[in-house]
Amino acid sequence: MSDNLTLPAQQGPTGTSTETLLAVEGLTKHFPIYGGFPIKRKVGAVQAVDGVDLTVGVGESVGLVGESGCGKSTTGRLITRLLEPTAGKITYAGQDITHASRRQLAPVRSEIQMIFQDPYSSLNPRQTVGTIIKSPMEVNGIEPEGGREKKVRELLELVGLNPEHYNRFPHEFSGGQRQRIGVARALALSPKLIVADEPVSALDVSIQAQVVNLLQKVQEELGIAFLFIAHDLAIVRHFSQRVAVMYLGKVVEVGDRESIYNRPRHPYTHALLSAVPEVAVDDEGEQRERIRLAGDVPSPIAPPSGCRFRTRCWKAQDKCASEEPPLIQLSGNRGGHLTACHFPEEPTTEARDEDVVMDPALKALEDSAADEAPVTKD
Amino acid sequence: MTSPTKAEGSGPSVALDPELASTTEADKPKKLEGRSPGQLMWQRFKRDRTGMLCAGVVIFYFVIALSAPLLTALSGTNPYTLYGQDPTYADSPVLDDFGLPLGWFGGVSGDHWFGVEPQYGRDLFAMLMYGMRTSLFMALGVTVLLMLTGITIGLVGGYFGGRTDYWIGRVTDFFLAFPQQLFFIAFMPVVTAFFVDPQEETPTYFRAVAILIVLWLLGWMGMARLVRSTVLSLREREFVEAAKVSGASPWRIVRKEILPNVVSPILVQFTYQLPSTILTIAFLSFAGVGFVEPTPDWGRLFASGAKYAEQDPAFMFFPGVAMVIFILCFNLLGDSVRDAFDPKSGR
Repeated sequence: MSDNLTLPAQQGPTGTSTETLLAVEGLTKHFPIYGGFPIKRKVGAVQAVDGVDLTVGVGESVGLVGESGCGKSTTGRLITRLLEPTAGKITYAGQDITHASRRQLAPVRSEIQMIFQDPYSSLNPRQTVGTIIKSPMEVNGIEPEGGREKKVRELLELVGLNPEHYNRFPHEFSGGQRQRIGVARALALSPKLIVADEPVSALDVSIQAQVVNLLQKVQEELGIAFLFIAHDLAIVRHFSQRVAVMYLGKVVEVGDRESIYNRPRHPYTHALLSAVPEVAVDDEGEQRERIRLAGDVPSPIAPPSGCRFRTRCWKAQDKCASEEPPLIQLSGNRGGHLTACHFPEEPTTEARDEDVVMDPALKALEDSAADEAPVTKD
Repeated sequence: MTSPTKAEGSGPSVALDPELASTTEADKPKKLEGRSPGQLMWQRFKRDRTGMLCAGVVIFYFVIALSAPLLTALSGTNPYTLYGQDPTYADSPVLDDFGLPLGWFGGVSGDHWFGVEPQYGRDLFAMLMYGMRTSLFMALGVTVLLMLTGITIGLVGGYFGGRTDYWIGRVTDFFLAFPQQLFFIAFMPVVTAFFVDPQEETPTYFRAVAILIVLWLLGWMGMARLVRSTVLSLREREFVEAAKVSGASPWRIVRKEILPNVVSPILVQFTYQLPSTILTIAFLSFAGVGFVEPTPDWGRLFASGAKYAEQDPAFMFFPGVAMVIFILCFNLLGDSVRDAFDPKSGR
């Protein structure tokens, strides 16, 4: 074990609330792969999510980021129980819902809702907007004051649509409007937790801001906790109080927004943040570090031993292959900021002496460019 | 942008989209009511001339079939009387000494509008009207049964998937492996003999039931596969997941979310299935295993027509033309319905 670690501390909500609403421990989802002839047997498993620990406090917004295929969406679907977890434990408000059946889940159902990624497939094309928003209330037998229709109209108004759109069909709306309908449907049951699975990634950039602001307004006014799954770091930074970074089915770093964005420790978080393009308004601006990773995410069917990031990490050593780093609070980190790394980086995003360029082709290109014109490089 | 007056007076302005609120306020008196996909489909269909014409023809056929007793009352004939042999009608002979119809074009006359049958002298008009009635309603019954079975099996297989789907798929394959035409001919006597003593005469209603059973048993697979594939793709759509997240039961999901979306392929398939079933039933009677004498039936008219073809080719004319027009129109109608539901497919 390295010297700079303290006790394995609990990750937990910071600032906004102290009460835990949702706790996920060691959540695992392996999708079996069958093969062989003539008798099909299990030949392997896609380890989409492999031991994720996560907590969401009451009224808190937690962002879940990571590159495509790292298991973010699967985690969201496991929490809303659209998928059955292979292992681990999901506790909602002190109640274990890991393997609860539909009937056992009924009282909790209305409190955990979901916003989907694709607004074009998340609304039934044969139902009116009114029916779509009303049906969760029908399923759960909720009779709001003044009737369901009145409530639907209120919700439509809340998400910035005209209540008169009640009798319209989804195909008559644009992507952004459809996503608002999706938000209204999620709000119909007055949930306490909303899992938003990349709610804006299918929308064009001008609409993204509207929907994110709507979600933020909803979160602040109604005190709903959010698990915000996204790959857009800027939006997560805007929206979430705490951020968890996932890599290949595992949480590699989690902490409050400030810590993750300004004082990241895990090399992957550094790489991720460095990949966000940023426009330097003037040359005076603080130079940021530059890290270019090479290759793809390893296959989740056969993930690397030990630390999963070691195959693309510039600090990897023998220890990383043999020992899996635990998710712990490193010395010098704030409470709740946990990192899973044997050799963490310095807690800064400022430019380092030498850029980390892992891609050999890019490196060769840059070296030759530097050789030819050494004067222009400063 | 919103005008200042509007911004002041627009009440609880939670709307994030002032543009939207203002534009819709302008045409307030017009009630905002969306057009459902079904209504849009109907509008597209109404624009399709061929489709409307064919729909008219098809409806006309069904009306004729329904009102066969009325029409024959008008013509004053019925499909069972042997006008050539019955002594009651001896004063107005319809057949010559060789048993062939007297007069022009198979004996077309004021009494017998479409002529008469050679040998017996039965009235072709009445036989055709009643024959269409038998065929159309048998076909309708068979098709509805096929549809219901296919939809149920397809829904179950598609929605539950996994092992259920695997076994349902194998059973479907098994039934599909039968050579249909051959089995219709082979099974009809078997089914009949199974329920009715071969010594006795088979009642007509039972022949109808036997046809129904045989066509039903060997016909549901196409529909089941179609529905299954549609449901498989719908099941993965996010609105089904949204319903699951809200806690809806599988039954509710199937009924409210999936079924309304399978309606269009079902309807299109129905308009293709019905004419082909009519042809199959006619084929059965033609092959001699469907309806037999004296039940009037479209297929049986062709069988007799083929028998008389050399002496009296006119006998085939009316049933043949009627059938060709009907099948053609029904298939064109099927195309139009498909185009109306899915304007991008085809062509």
